[in-house]
Amino acid sequence: MNRSPAAPLPRVSGGAARSAHGPNLGDRAWSGLLGLLGGAVLLIVGVVVLALVHVARPALKAGAGTFVSSSDWDPVSGSFGALPFIYGTVVTSVVAILVAVPISVGLALFLQEMGPRKLRPVVSFGIETLAAIPSVIYGLWGLFVLVPALRDHLEPFLGRTLGFLPVFRGAPIGLGYLAAGLILAVMILPTIASVTTEVLKTVPASLKEGALALGATRWEAIRMAILPYSRAGILGATLLGLGRALGETMAVTMVIGNSPTISPSLFAAGYSLPAVIANEFAEATGDVHTGALAGLALVLFGVSLILNSAARLLVRMVASGPSRAVAS
Amino acid sequence: MSAAAPPKIRVEGLDAWFGETHAVRDVSLDVRPLSVLAVIGPSGCGKSTFLRCLNRMHELVPGGRATGKVTLDGEDLYARGVDPVSIRRRVGMVFQRPNPFPTMTIADNVSAGLRLNGWKGRLEEIVERCLRQAALWDEVKDRLHSPATSLSGGQQQRLCIARALAVEPEVLLMDEPASALDPIATARVEELMHELKARYTIVVVTHNMQQAARVSDQTAFFYMGELVEVGDTETIFTNPREQRTEDYVTGKFG
Amino acid sequence: MRSLLLRRIRNHLMTALCGLGVLLALAPLASLLWLVVSRGLPGLSLSFFTALPTPVGEPGGGVGNAVVGTGMLVSLACLLGLPLGVGAGVFLAERGDGLFGRTVRFTAEVFSGVPSIVVGIVAYGLVVVPMHHFSALAGALALALLMVPTLSRSTEELVRLVPGSLREASLALGVPQWKTSLRIVLRTARGGIVTAALLAVARAAGETAPLLFTTLNNQYWNLRPDQPTASLTVQIFNYAISPYEDWHQKAWSAALVLLLVVGGLNLLARIAMRNSLGSHR
Ligand SMILES: Nc1ncnc2c1ncn2[C@@H]1O[C@H](COP(=O)(O)OP(=O)(O)OP(=O)(O)O)[C@@H](O)[C@H]1O
Ligand SMILES: [Mg+2]
Repeated sequence: MNRSPAAPLPRVSGGAARSAHGPNLGDRAWSGLLGLLGGAVLLIVGVVVLALVHVARPALKAGAGTFVSSSDWDPVSGSFGALPFIYGTVVTSVVAILVAVPISVGLALFLQEMGPRKLRPVVSFGIETLAAIPSVIYGLWGLFVLVPALRDHLEPFLGRTLGFLPVFRGAPIGLGYLAAGLILAVMILPTIASVTTEVLKTVPASLKEGALALGATRWEAIRMAILPYSRAGILGATLLGLGRALGETMAVTMVIGNSPTISPSLFAAGYSLPAVIANEFAEATGDVHTGALAGLALVLFGVSLILNSAARLLVRMVASGPSRAVAS
Repeated sequence: MSAAAPPKIRVEGLDAWFGETHAVRDVSLDVRPLSVLAVIGPSGCGKSTFLRCLNRMHELVPGGRATGKVTLDGEDLYARGVDPVSIRRRVGMVFQRPNPFPTMTIADNVSAGLRLNGWKGRLEEIVERCLRQAALWDEVKDRLHSPATSLSGGQQQRLCIARALAVEPEVLLMDEPASALDPIATARVEELMHELKARYTIVVVTHNMQQAARVSDQTAFFYMGELVEVGDTETIFTNPREQRTEDYVTGKFG
Repeated sequence: MRSLLLRRIRNHLMTALCGLGVLLALAPLASLLWLVVSRGLPGLSLSFFTALPTPVGEPGGGVGNAVVGTGMLVSLACLLGLPLGVGAGVFLAERGDGLFGRTVRFTAEVFSGVPSIVVGIVAYGLVVVPMHHFSALAGALALALLMVPTLSRSTEELVRLVPGSLREASLALGVPQWKTSLRIVLRTARGGIVTAALLAVARAAGETAPLLFTTLNNQYWNLRPDQPTASLTVQIFNYAISPYEDWHQKAWSAALVLLLVVGGLNLLARIAMRNSLGSHR
């Protein structure tokens, strides 16, 4: 064979190189390294759970049962009833969801199905910016902008018009469940809106076109074809938002009023799980107090794991539905 | 090349699967050294899969596996302990779509295989030689250090051929190398195959009957994963044994 | 005919309502950005970046130590968080199709939704308790743990953008898998990985909750990782919830600084992304 004399790669004599172990050492080392790095993620979660349980142990030993059943939180006298915090977390999250979901879904529908295409990059840039703003800045804004606005305008107005509902009764002080819920709504909006947009993108165009071809208006096509198809995905987006709302700390701490009480009025000051941890952990009086706060964190962790798993499964169900391009 | 010369590649009883899909069924054929074998057949009949089995690229697809025997100069490529990496240095491949490395310059693309394999030495001469062999030198000699992505599609494909030649393979597998190119670029690549035949054994997949007839010495016709017929190109196109082959090459189906 | 009219009206009504959603979503953003800039700007001066905080009532003073503290915290967090996060992402992209990979992916996704304050307690248990005092190290560990899951997923997405044909081209040249991964796939994805890392850094710089009881705060300069350390976010929090007018002003100015840092990092991330896409196609 008239091969050039300067064949650059020395050919292994006897043809194909043989190595005792199949694939070469470099490949196996690389696979091993990558496997370790992937395993590190699992390891981190394991360490997190163990460390949490470890810090919470003094309180768990002292009887965790009273944790969720009692509403009396008084670290000095050693009573750790978490009900006011759980209540506050639930109420603020519900307010956040009730406000954020319609806005986010409306926004996603408008961008994806109704409004001019040119709007999309502008609005999604805005949404990404919302998501990137640190929560302490939301808290600052909430404290000095939202709270006064609620106190002076929205709460008196709601009291006048809807005051027959117990949730809108009471003195308009600004700080409280409503302020926390609204600031949470702003903060979880990007999550819900962007996941919903992704979900809407997976709706086959043929579904919508089919409805439009039958003479449906655009809104009817959305109601008949698009919303039913993406319902599970929107639910998943909502759960993701809920997960964020439950665990959001700084902004809530700054505007909820930090009062360990339970009150039916949204205008009243309250407390939330992350807020009490933020406020008391650094100065906790003894192991049991620290442990009780860590126990609250454990509750938060468990709930967020459940919510996020459910949300991811729902979103994935939609995404992997009929058509999903196979990645490389 | 006398007919008595031992085959460069011998395939015996080759079967290939992707998961449950049986893509290549019991194929046996020989490829003569320093010749061009064209592989033709309707879409999905297993041509690409067959080609990939010749340098064990099929293993890279999850679920891809093959059984049977493929020998290169008499050595079993599938034997235990054979390193597919060293096979691929001897059996190079050019793909349907040009795929130059986008982060590298033209010159670096050509020498990529050498550099990545740890070869140290002067690269300029090799780059020039391979670009000349790939009939690209005159077009790029003044901009060897611009990004490979600045080339046209046809130039990119010839760059990929130069890249494959740089590691000095013995066999060149080409999977529809001209299907993404315009007629002029296609003609250049065909010319190129003629020249390369003097130094390399070539197996080329093509959908284009005229191309197969122009460039190849032998032609293999695949249908539904099976090798229907293989023989001298002239025979396959003028006087095939099988009715299916005749129907296909005369355009009655496929 | 009347029903058609009604349907049309309803269509327009719903379109308007959805459009209102866009406005309602963006109004707080506009208000927030405007207020941070307009209230923060008057307090900004060179000394705001270089001076230590002053007690209430004393004019001047700045957040120099907090800026340095945030820089140190984030750098320390990057030492652990970036290699683990990027590495796990590369694992997911390169070897993540099996059961193990799917498990890791799902875990990372779920874990990225865990409240950051929870991770703060973890760092407290792992570092503060054994060391018996608060330290930058503890806060950095919390930030690193928070970085890994999100960073791994975004790295994966961006590495997967590298066309499989490039990998094939390299393998067909007889380049081993590991070299193909490192020198071709990751080299091509470099811009994307830089983007993902910058976004992770930006997120870490804005974290407050996990620092409250790990790094605590510090009124003075500190560069020792084993000591309590000031950070921009905790400083904003302390200033904001104080009852003093001039501290509120400092909170706004510090918020503007933080916003500039985070915004700058996001901008860099966008540039890195654009460059990497631009050079490939
Ligand atoms: N990565 C893969 N995973 C699963 N099945 C595959 C894969 N690649 C190919 N196949 C299947 O194997 C069979 C043969 O495919 P192959 O790509 O070899 O055909 P081909 O003759 O090259 O077709 P074409 O002319 O369209 O390129 C087809 O049925 C195809 O669906
Ligand atoms: Mg093919």
